Amino acid sequence: MKEINNAVCTFCGCLCDDIAVVLGDDGGVRVKGACTNGKGHIEGYDAAPVSPMVRGEPVSWDQALDEAAAILGDAESPLIYGLSSTASEAQRRCVALADRIGAAIDTTSSVCHGPTGIAMQNFGEPTCSLGEVLNRADLLLFWGCNPAVAHTRHFTRYSLMPRGRFTPRGRKDRRMILADVRRTPSANAADRFLQVEQGSDYEVLGALRALVQGKRVRADSVGGVPLEELGALAEELGSCRYGAAFFGMGLTMTSGRDLNIGQYFSLVRDLNAHTRFSVVALRGHGNVAGADAVMTWQTGYPFAVSLAGGVPTYGPGEFTAVDMLSRREADAALVVASDPGAHFPAGAVRGLEGIPRVVMDPVVSLTAQDATVYLPTAQYGVDAEGTYYRMDGVPIRTRAFRERLRPTDEEVFDGVLERLHGGRVESTTPIEEVQR
Amino acid sequence: MSGTQPVGILGGFLYDPANGVDGAVRDIWIKDGRVAAPEEVDREHARIIDARGMNVFPGGVDLHAHIAGAKVNHGRKLCPEDHADHKRNRAEGGRSGAGFTVPTTFMTGCMYAELGYTTVMEAACAPLVARHTHEELEDMPLLDKGILVTLGNNEFLFDCIARGETERARDFIAWTLQAARGYGIKVVNPGGVENWKSQRGNAHHWDQEIAGFGLTPRRVLDTLIGAADELGLPHGVHLHGLNLGTPQSAEQTLESIRFAQGRLHLTHLQFMSYGDDGKGRFRSRTEELAEAVNANSNVTFDVGQIVFGPATTMTSDGPFQYNLGCMTGHKWFGGDEENETGGGIVPLRYSRKNRINALQWVTGLELFLLAEDPWRVALTTDHPNAGPFFCYPQVIRLLMDRDYRAEILETLPASVRKRSLLKDIDREYTLGEIAIITRAAPARILGLSRKGHLGVGADGDVAVYHPDDDGARTPRCRSVVPCRRALDLPRWVLKGGRVVVEAGRFTGETGDAGTTFHVTPDYDPSVEKPLRNHFKRYYSVAFDNYPVQDAYLGSGESVPCR
Ligand code: SF4
Repeated sequence: MKEINNAVCTFCGCLCDDIAVVLGDDGGVRVKGACTNGKGHIEGYDAAPVSPMVRGEPVSWDQALDEAAAILGDAESPLIYGLSSTASEAQRRCVALADRIGAAIDTTSSVCHGPTGIAMQNFGEPTCSLGEVLNRADLLLFWGCNPAVAHTRHFTRYSLMPRGRFTPRGRKDRRMILADVRRTPSANAADRFLQVEQGSDYEVLGALRALVQGKRVRADSVGGVPLEELGALAEELGSCRYGAAFFGMGLTMTSGRDLNIGQYFSLVRDLNAHTRFSVVALRGHGNVAGADAVMTWQTGYPFAVSLAGGVPTYGPGEFTAVDMLSRREADAALVVASDPGAHFPAGAVRGLEGIPRVVMDPVVSLTAQDATVYLPTAQYGVDAEGTYYRMDGVPIRTRAFRERLRPTDEEVFDGVLERLHGGRVESTTPIEEVQR
Repeated sequence: MSGTQPVGILGGFLYDPANGVDGAVRDIWIKDGRVAAPEEVDREHARIIDARGMNVFPGGVDLHAHIAGAKVNHGRKLCPEDHADHKRNRAEGGRSGAGFTVPTTFMTGCMYAELGYTTVMEAACAPLVARHTHEELEDMPLLDKGILVTLGNNEFLFDCIARGETERARDFIAWTLQAARGYGIKVVNPGGVENWKSQRGNAHHWDQEIAGFGLTPRRVLDTLIGAADELGLPHGVHLHGLNLGTPQSAEQTLESIRFAQGRLHLTHLQFMSYGDDGKGRFRSRTEELAEAVNANSNVTFDVGQIVFGPATTMTSDGPFQYNLGCMTGHKWFGGDEENETGGGIVPLRYSRKNRINALQWVTGLELFLLAEDPWRVALTTDHPNAGPFFCYPQVIRLLMDRDYRAEILETLPASVRKRSLLKDIDREYTLGEIAIITRAAPARILGLSRKGHLGVGADGDVAVYHPDDDGARTPRCRSVVPCRRALDLPRWVLKGGRVVVEAGRFTGETGDAGTTFHVTPDYDPSVEKPLRNHFKRYYSVAFDNYPVQDAYLGSGESVPCR
């Protein structure tokens, strides 16, 4: 038996790095300290080598990479999508590949926090690392999100419960406010729940901003919230010592999208005229924040980038995967560690089904099942090391605690890139070794 | 680097001030990436560069620019409008890129090389996110680099100092530099950022209390300066002091020069040189500052020269960035980093017509021209805060050409022009002095012994310029008055003995990603016990996951401490 401490759970944007993993002599893995999501993610991964597939037939890694390189190299309008559940080392090579073949490249941000990025570009973003919340925040505002279910350990590790330098009594030193269109399990943890009418977040936030700015609002209620309640809330927000605002897809993916987030960010900015206040997006996938970061340092833009013209061109709505696929603008696809086949709207899924597609994923997702080329890679945080960026942008190196029997995503990208340059996979020795 | 073809750069006018050469005709030979004695080189197999009639310089050294890491990357993301007309096509060789004031990583490396620069120091990085900075540096070809680590608002350090544990503080500083794989100590508004985070406050003078810590900025700076000298760090404390950009800045800068008991590098001094004219208006106090710097040989500075046009301000000075956001009404990014620092980003445009911007421009040039010892001066624009780095050739021209200076001065508001010292300063920098402030001095201030000169054993980083090419490059800025440039468009640039630029253009041969310089000062490991406890209580990451692993260093090099 062996115990590994401070392992990193790569499942969600909380990126908890206090996980203990017990390796049994029989090869079994037991996870301690993670939530059920994380436990399932780590324990449920079978690290055994799997044969890559081309059109449903098992093939050698060499053949699979040849085929992947041929599909991507021959395409005139290739689309690369995903990236949020792989390490930044792989993401960096993936953008290099996109640059090499002139692909459009988009991340899962475009279907979750893409609007957050757009709002940031329009309004700025007053933010902080999660440790500031832990140490300082005496007021927490959650809007359009359900961390109790989606980011299970957020409350205990970062926001609601922990004791910090200026919050020595933990939960007792904090107030929590939740705003949402319905009572979710997260509401049970809140001191105040604000029920907002569906589709009215923008208006409610606008009214709140006006009140925080000391202006009069001529209405009895806004978005189903009585004005007195809004006034009390504005008062409460402005009189804390350090406020922390969080939000999720209830704001980003409902009507208003980036405008909602623009209001939310502006509210936080306004509050800084009275007190200190920061905002952090609750990012879903383990390394979606890393995907944003890598895309930005290599292309200048966080998602929805076309490299077809030889230069990076930004186009949410134009080079976003759903739009390109629905409009049948891609003639080949590379899907990296994501499952658009399961999550995209029907029109986009049909667009994807109509073109050759290469899928890289440690597990056989719905998209992987009938991929033209399926490349089963290692799982960062289990049998591979790599960098993941937490929802607040803090980069953490994942630990590998199982023997690696599959190639990593980086090695697969290297293999494809070398083939596109007319070479072979010499530098990616593990691939053939791993095949045995 | 070994195995590359030897190179001879023959017959050029060499500017190598560190070795006392000021424009004499000399040959330079390079073998295995380093400058070599001629008799050591197999000349038959060498590549010969005919540099007759050309000016030969060591590769440029920038000791303060924001080029990589979390803050820079937020700056890139924040301003897509900044990139729209400024792209690099992958057909030009290497990787594509975008960005004007904040270019992408590959583009940054190529653009620096195309100016003849081969070494750049990233000016500020919180250790918590150092891993990110190192990842970006790996993606930035053609440059050797390092990172300065922000320590001026570190709460563990505050606790040590408040308890009078100077030695423990020093051990902690050494530990942090190693954990972040950093090169030197950066201090930004010490105490002010902490006060901003805890009370929406700031630190306006060196004896103001840092709330909750029973401590003053003065004690923090004292401790850091002492530690840098005791640890024998190659570079002294790199200070962005109090009240940046306000009429209270010069007073506090002068005070820091007075009390500093060791090496002190005042960064972007231009932003720290202002007083009040008694009527509440900005006035520049360059004369007093130059006098103080001239009189204190422990003090060095870089200018942070304003370049008219667009810029992106990004500093670890949280309260300053917030105030700038309010003042301008522009979008504001703010970022508080637990236990360590804060910061922000605000896009900005420096305008000739704006009285304060004009005064800032004048102030920077006055600092350059009033400093007596060029060996204690470095040319910077605090990229991208006061202007982008690729405007250095314009700044060089302004320093070398009195008439060009006068021409621009004429376009500034009369109230600024009339009261400036600049209008009466005749000094022109010589090429040799330019070689000092862009090469030899920054390398010496940083303590990088193989950089900034071309003596035997130096790195084979060379920039060769044709005198007639000056200003030949189509200006990439949107300057209203035609931009004149000097030392622009190098004919050749060599990095580690490899030709990376020809005729002012990247050759497409990136070679390796460059070396990351870092330091490994000794410390007493007993500091790790209280630190572990500190992490358990106040950090959101585990102590064991915090230090940057070897995997991020690529070809790292530990520069010895003295
Ligand atoms: S909260 Fe997220 S990162 Fe933490 S253990 Fe659960 S799934 Fe993993």
